Amino acid sequence: MKAKESKREPLFHIVRRDHMPTWNRMLIRVLAVLAALIFCGILMVAIFHIDPFRFYRSMLDGAFKTPRRRWYLLQSMSILLCISLAVTPAFKMRFWNIGAEGQTMVGGLATAAVMFYLGGKIPTPLLFVAMIAAAILSAMIWALIPAVFKARWNTNETLFTLMMNYVAIQLVTFCIGNWVKSGSGILAPMSKYGLPKFGPSDYFPNILTVAVLTVLMFVYLRYSKHGYEISVVGESENTARYIGINVKKVILRTMALSGALCGIAGLLLVGGTNYTVSTSIVDNQGFTAIMVSWLAKFNPIFMILTSFLVAFLQAGTKQVSTDFRINESISDIVTAILLFFIIGCEFFIQYKILFNHRQKGSEQA
Amino acid sequence: MIINFIFSAVRLGMTLLFGSTGETITEKSGHLNLGIPGIMCVGAACGCVSEALYTGAVGQGNANRILAVLIPIVASFLGAAFLGVIYSFLTVTLRANQNVTGLALTTFGVGVANYLIKTVEIIKYSYASSFFTAGFPFAAKLGGFGKLFFSYGIMVYLAIAIALITSFVFNKTRVGLHLRAVGENPATADAAGINVTAYRYLATMIGSGIAGLGGLCYVMDNLNGNWEYVIDAMGWLSIALVIFTVWKPSLGILGSILFGALYIASNYISGTNKALLNMLPYVVTILVLITTSIRNKKEHHPPAGLGLNYYREER
Amino acid sequence: MEKTVALELRHLTKTFGSVTANKNVDLTVYRGEILAILGENGSGKTTLMNMISGLYYPDSGHILIGGEEVVIGSPKDAFRYKIGMVHQHFKLVDVFSAAENITLGMKDGKFNLKEAKKKISETASRYGFLLDPDKRVYQMSVSEKQTVEIVKVLYRGAEILILDEPTAVLTPQETEKLFDVLRRMRDDGKSIIIITHKLHEVLALTDRVAVLRKGEGVGTVNTAETNEAELTELMVGKKVSLNIERSEPKNCVDRLCVSHLTLTDREGRKILSDISFTARSGEILGIAGIAGSGQRELLETVAGLQKPDAGAISYLDPTTGETVNLLGKTPVQIRDLGVRLSFVPEDRLGMGLVGNMNIIDNMMLRSYRKGRSAFLNRKDPKNLAERIIESLEIVTPNAVTPVRRLSGGNVQKVLVGREIASSPTVLMVAYPVRGLDINSSYTIYNLLNRQKESGVSILFVGEDLDVLIGLCDRILVINSGRVTGIVDGRNAEKGEIGLLMTMTESRRNPAEEGREKQ
Repeated sequence: MKAKESKREPLFHIVRRDHMPTWNRMLIRVLAVLAALIFCGILMVAIFHIDPFRFYRSMLDGAFKTPRRRWYLLQSMSILLCISLAVTPAFKMRFWNIGAEGQTMVGGLATAAVMFYLGGKIPTPLLFVAMIAAAILSAMIWALIPAVFKARWNTNETLFTLMMNYVAIQLVTFCIGNWVKSGSGILAPMSKYGLPKFGPSDYFPNILTVAVLTVLMFVYLRYSKHGYEISVVGESENTARYIGINVKKVILRTMALSGALCGIAGLLLVGGTNYTVSTSIVDNQGFTAIMVSWLAKFNPIFMILTSFLVAFLQAGTKQVSTDFRINESISDIVTAILLFFIIGCEFFIQYKILFNHRQKGSEQA
Repeated sequence: MIINFIFSAVRLGMTLLFGSTGETITEKSGHLNLGIPGIMCVGAACGCVSEALYTGAVGQGNANRILAVLIPIVASFLGAAFLGVIYSFLTVTLRANQNVTGLALTTFGVGVANYLIKTVEIIKYSYASSFFTAGFPFAAKLGGFGKLFFSYGIMVYLAIAIALITSFVFNKTRVGLHLRAVGENPATADAAGINVTAYRYLATMIGSGIAGLGGLCYVMDNLNGNWEYVIDAMGWLSIALVIFTVWKPSLGILGSILFGALYIASNYISGTNKALLNMLPYVVTILVLITTSIRNKKEHHPPAGLGLNYYREER
Repeated sequence: MEKTVALELRHLTKTFGSVTANKNVDLTVYRGEILAILGENGSGKTTLMNMISGLYYPDSGHILIGGEEVVIGSPKDAFRYKIGMVHQHFKLVDVFSAAENITLGMKDGKFNLKEAKKKISETASRYGFLLDPDKRVYQMSVSEKQTVEIVKVLYRGAEILILDEPTAVLTPQETEKLFDVLRRMRDDGKSIIIITHKLHEVLALTDRVAVLRKGEGVGTVNTAETNEAELTELMVGKKVSLNIERSEPKNCVDRLCVSHLTLTDREGRKILSDISFTARSGEILGIAGIAGSGQRELLETVAGLQKPDAGAISYLDPTTGETVNLLGKTPVQIRDLGVRLSFVPEDRLGMGLVGNMNIIDNMMLRSYRKGRSAFLNRKDPKNLAERIIESLEIVTPNAVTPVRRLSGGNVQKVLVGREIASSPTVLMVAYPVRGLDINSSYTIYNLLNRQKESGVSILFVGEDLDVLIGLCDRILVINSGRVTGIVDGRNAEKGEIGLLMTMTESRRNPAEEGREKQ
């Protein structure tokens, strides 16, 4: 039976593509997004018997209908974008930091701690400085712990940073438990110590901060010597050694930067949005950010698009769930389906399928 | 009290053991599946929903004890294994990044599970919990000894059995040898004539299926049939357990009980803030990760091909 | 004995992207013979064999076994047709024992390691191998690993054995032993295909030789009826007269003194022991030795990439006349001392260049630190890139093309061009023409000669003795990390160098070792 099978020639085989023009890559990705949306539309019809056009309409409404929704969309997009920016330099270095969730949380916790202990006791400008410093420093340290072990003993950073997330969650629970004597586990918002507000919306300062960070990160990665070193280390550690880059130093420096940005995200979440901290404050955006960054191929400018896309989906599907009284989990499902499609479409950018015409076959061996 | 403590630790531990055995099988094939939390949620949901459907079909009074246990187990396994198929399709066939795929899968799984569980009424599945938790009838007569060894529900014994079988397969069979080779060095395995694609697909499917049972175990055994939105936390803990037990399912039995004990210890200690205790499983795992990397002993390392996709004609 | 055909290839073609690795290759292999596949690096030998062993799938062409057309879609298929390949880079699982590796992938019968071990020992002793089935691969030496690979193939009952450059990593004695084993297998009726580019091995071992050039088969000859000259001609396509214009060294002064250099690797193996030599300005010092004798490590140590255990490296600055100690300095420190040391490593895309970066960014690797600004200056590298593309005639669409998309010769020109651009006083090159065609090779030789004429001290690690003799002024020969001699390039004999390269411990003349010590 085996011998017979092997005489059959495979119908196609897969070869790596040499190169694909940029606009072709873009087209494939756009097609993937469209395909995902169509697929979701079909799902809606099949499972919930919803008119697909009403479904799309509802998504658009959820994201854009009122100014408040539009600002909210920008706000959630900027938090996501901020964390995505944070993980990007590490990823470019091939350091799989999946601990952004925890790093952001620790940054938020430190902000809250400063607000809790120092709020009202020191002058407000000083309080702001303390909040910013605490957020950045604490998250930086949180990110540096796995980096030190990676640099010194090559400890697996994926698993290490993953574990650090859960340590961070427990740390938040611990602090809240100590701060809130009632035992409710909920820390009341400390709104009066929040970061200053200005501009057309309460969210505006956050959005502006992240916009500036995006440009800075783009410049840093593209035009600075540090950014260049990160690329070299990521592409080939051997080359880095050869030209005398201190790889350990670059790992530590880059993770410190990653952590600092996560800290800023935590600061914006706690000091600029919620004025309190909880274990769900980052709301899994630390993980979503990894996908946002990866989908944008670690380019901060593309990340504006990908984070927008994800934030739009999250806002849109929330509306769908209220409009059609489907439970909220639909948001996760639709987001994940879109991610699957985009993740999968990379294959068609990297490889091409060659069909064999010489002989009739039936399926791949 | 100490007996009660151990009893509870074992119950929770076995939930984790399912997860970690499943993830170990997956990782041995070279797949770092970070979708396990989502997979466990889906496993739990499929089990509960199938139970509810069965109950709806026959009427609650007429439910057959055996079927009421068997159907959810099968459904849970299949539902979770299906997520394994999605993961494998993306990472093996489409060669997508494993970390990103896994995380997306967790998002997906959590969403699907939360959706599914709301499609049925809780009373239609939660009653069956008593079928799951029933221990051996003679356990009560043996006092503390009976409680410690014979009073657990079926899922606990199933978890241990699966862990032992997996350990046996890894170390004593050809399939195990091939699987380990695929995870260590897929190019070598391929050159030796092992179907890397098939092994990766199957290991991920079976591993996911087993992990899915962990979700079911958590709801039906630990929570006595109540649904809680913390199943994904069990998934992350399971991944930690895999590292803690250095990819050995037999060690996983003890490790999972220890993790279970650490996790519930806070309920037995009064006065202190419990969060620090809850931190312990993760901290201990980090310490294991660090010590193994410092000692640099090859046998305790993750599979060398973990996280890397394989493409034969790469050059 | 009547010759029966074991394997036949017809018009096999394989391309990788825009690179054609094999084009219409025909080949016949008989039972009970040793066939050499001879060709330069990059001539497609390994690709061709990978298609037979099922790793690559041919774009077109036919494979016939015992006269019948077959499809080999995977290594499993290859085993079924009793084809086994020992790859150059061993395909072994490090944490497995020898026995586990050998039985890996076998499906027949019950899984019984104990019985398998017995059978393994039998197979090994039948052909004269020594093998401990319980030893783990990561604890093995290279030749032990090779033994595991060969036994693995035999254990599967292979009738056609393919060995990819099996001697590259072996000592001369180990090579002799291996050849004995291979002859025994041939007499056993097996077909042995050995990939190599070493002519003396071809002549010593094989029955027939098939020669590949640039991916195409150029002919098959009987070993008994040929000689080195004819094979070389087949291999490179024209009568090679290695007429490299070699000028007389002028104004030679000592530039780099290495003395008593000793290096141990992480596993505690001695890589370099007591190496001493002096490189002079205006001359090319060749370094000869069989692959893996410590050439790479020697250059890396001088460049500051490896930390030696003992010894001294000193550089005599031509401008100040001062002696600068380089030992234990990092590459950056060396540069900061004002030492203009350039290094063209053997691994071009893995070390010397970054494949995914464009030519401009690769130019920057050496110079990006210049200046105190935190930002990169891309203007100078851009000019440099354009200058090099023009002067070295690099074939590329533009300066922003990723270097991995260039051909091997052009990649090397980018690398050498960059290293020369910093106007070095010491230039170290490792296997600079490996995988390059003749024209590109000559471009490189000429570049080196021009550097030499301008007073640069050049260290040239090469594998082709003809090139070493034709290009270098002096040749340092090393053997397992020791200097076994220094010969004059102008009146050196190939045989003499070959002897020094393979000389064993006991035969070494202690006086010779002391000769170059200062």
